[in-house]
Amino acid sequence: MQAVVNKVIPFSSVDGPGNRTAVFLQGCNINCKYCHNPETRALCIECGVCVERCPEGALERGSDGKIIFHPEKCIQCDTCIHVCPNNSSPRTAVMTPEECYKKVKKQIPFIRGLTVSGGECMLRPDFLEALFKLAKQDGLNTMIDSNGTIPFWEYPSLLEVTDGVMLDIKAFKNEDHVRVTDEKNEIVLKNAVYLAENKKLYEVRAVIVPDLYDTKSSITQMAQFLAPYLEIQEFRIKLIAYRPMGVREEYAHYQVPSQNYLEELADILKAYGFKEIIII
Amino acid sequence: MREISMERVNKTREAILETIKSPTLTHEQKVCAASGLADSLLEVLDLPEGLDELLNVPIDRKCICDLNEGHAPMRPRYIIPDYEKFMREGSEFLQLAPPTDLYEAINNLLIFYKHVPSITNFPVYLGQLDELLEPFIDTVPEEQAKKLIKMFLIHVDRTVLDSFSHADIGPKATKAGYMLLEAEKELEQAVPNLSMKYEEGLTEDEFALAAVDCALHSAKPSFANHKMFKKELTEDYVIASCYNGLRVGGGSYTLSRLILGNIAKRAENIQDFKENQLPYVMDIMARYMDERIRFEVEESGFFENNFLAKEGFIHREKFTAMFGLVGLADCVNILLEKEGKSGRFGADVHANDLGVEIMDIIDEFNKNHKNPYCEITDNHFLLHAQVGISDDIDVTPGTRIPIGEEPEELIDHLLVLSRFHKYFPSGTGDIFPIDVTVHKNPEFVLDIVKGSFVKDLRYLSFYSSDSDVVRVTGYLAKKSEIEKLLAGSAVLQDTTMLAKDAFKNAHIPDRKVR
Repeated sequence: MQAVVNKVIPFSSVDGPGNRTAVFLQGCNINCKYCHNPETRALCIECGVCVERCPEGALERGSDGKIIFHPEKCIQCDTCIHVCPNNSSPRTAVMTPEECYKKVKKQIPFIRGLTVSGGECMLRPDFLEALFKLAKQDGLNTMIDSNGTIPFWEYPSLLEVTDGVMLDIKAFKNEDHVRVTDEKNEIVLKNAVYLAENKKLYEVRAVIVPDLYDTKSSITQMAQFLAPYLEIQEFRIKLIAYRPMGVREEYAHYQVPSQNYLEELADILKAYGFKEIIII
Repeated sequence: MREISMERVNKTREAILETIKSPTLTHEQKVCAASGLADSLLEVLDLPEGLDELLNVPIDRKCICDLNEGHAPMRPRYIIPDYEKFMREGSEFLQLAPPTDLYEAINNLLIFYKHVPSITNFPVYLGQLDELLEPFIDTVPEEQAKKLIKMFLIHVDRTVLDSFSHADIGPKATKAGYMLLEAEKELEQAVPNLSMKYEEGLTEDEFALAAVDCALHSAKPSFANHKMFKKELTEDYVIASCYNGLRVGGGSYTLSRLILGNIAKRAENIQDFKENQLPYVMDIMARYMDERIRFEVEESGFFENNFLAKEGFIHREKFTAMFGLVGLADCVNILLEKEGKSGRFGADVHANDLGVEIMDIIDEFNKNHKNPYCEITDNHFLLHAQVGISDDIDVTPGTRIPIGEEPEELIDHLLVLSRFHKYFPSGTGDIFPIDVTVHKNPEFVLDIVKGSFVKDLRYLSFYSSDSDVVRVTGYLAKKSEIEKLLAGSAVLQDTTMLAKDAFKNAHIPDRKVR
């Protein structure tokens, strides 16, 4: 079993509780307009555009036609991902769960856990399960960061080795969700309920882009919808301000919401009984 | 006393006059500098042969540095009074009875601080403040206690004018401990330097997280590996000055340092360094320290006459001395270059291995050198990774990885450090500026501390990359105060002056943000 890994961040302070290693899988099934790492969206089709453009010669086409990446030559100028016509990256690595876990294990005992994100990591539930089983042998906490479009209830054995899910609700109204992502949110909301009922919902995230959808009514409806589940187990809400960094040029024109506006949204959530609200 | 030349006397007189006329020194700073200059005219120590050409030369050749301790040491460099005894019994010399409430406790401490000598003339140790104040916390209403603690800390910052003054808290949570952290977080002051003694399983997470939160606002406290220190120095240890592990009721007679990079310059190759140059310089430095200690103990009269000793707040037998070093990174890099080998300290395994080999030689030397007056540490000195001084140029502190060459990932940085911290019971430490996003996740820092202490790291400091108070090398300074000094105004604390030079010479603002 193998998966395409976009990158491994050894110490992350923003991907769940405490210090964790974050693994980013390549490939996504939806199209968030504000996606800030669009190079994780598609798998590489070996077109070779990046090979020509790399100023350091860190990319080369092998005799089998595959693109070879030489990390030691890379200066992180990101030219390859900017010129990619396919929302992908040549700087990925194909790994087995064991190979991937080796890159996580190095950080023990400095980390408390492992978070897998993407792309959309739930496109590879088999890989996640195998990886988390390894992590559990060392007592690591395991988290999934997901856009919620893949039904979690179909993977109970994965959830057995998963401590929590950080779930995006990118818009509460279906038509808004379609506008933001090109996909419906019926499964997302069902996932929220399923995870909350099974005490696996650690955090719900919303990216706040007032120009793109009615964020205030979306947050209000979301609060209303989720509040009953706080009784089962507390979970936190993260409000993420849209920022143009990394966003594809055609979508980089949205307004960044003000801190005051974000706090207004947090107040709405507080009124519904949410205690832990993080604004970033 | 040996004769000296009139030329040297006149040169010193000029320097004293210059000090008197200085526009940027405060009165206290002038008095301290002038007395240091006068002291430099004394020649009473029986110096080892060969010392002069290792000590009294420019910084690019100097192999031994005595950190300007002076020519006739009249007191130990670092004094660690037994404040608990003082709180219990008061002091006859200071005419103070034991305190009965928080007002008296704080007042007594503030008085005592003015009578603790040190190399800087300010106390380098202010006590285990949470334990000292906790018995009195409930003698006044809570709001008043908070206000008194805040005033106490402001008083210390404005009168103990040197950020080598160090207080400790922990390992267990106390009301006083929380109040001290809350006040420091709000005040954002450079003095006192502060350590939290931390041990996983003993220190409450909530207390440790309050310390992280405080550190992200005021660059303190730092975290000291309680388990490691108490194993080496017993429960009666303290963290004083920069990060120096010493015994309560004792201290350190002296601290000299090997400038390893310059010793490497004398060597032909690695073998010559290990077998000849390093042992030669270590031997001279150890004998120089022996002589300084002999004068302090046998001739200065300090231990017979100072009230601290007379009343039992310190005991001569609890003193040791610190055998310091700087520039392990410089040394390794120079030696590899001499051998025509590639690799840099911090980045390459074989370079780090060479660093460990050198540390083992120094450790072995120290274990074989005996001093009759260091009984408390089995008649040996304690190794100390010195943090550098303001006029160091191209000298990397202790065993640190040079600023600008830190590994890309913090994990790799920490794994290198974990090979070196264990050598230094009398102190070493590393410093990490932390990205502001961590304010939302203080557990991130605590997880790193926990992992580090499992991996034999000894002492870690963090500050927020946007903080006004920053950790310079081992001490703290405020960027805003440095700017005032650069603009030509006198500033309250002497360490701001050191910080101004260190910012430039040691590239402090370029430290890698984590």
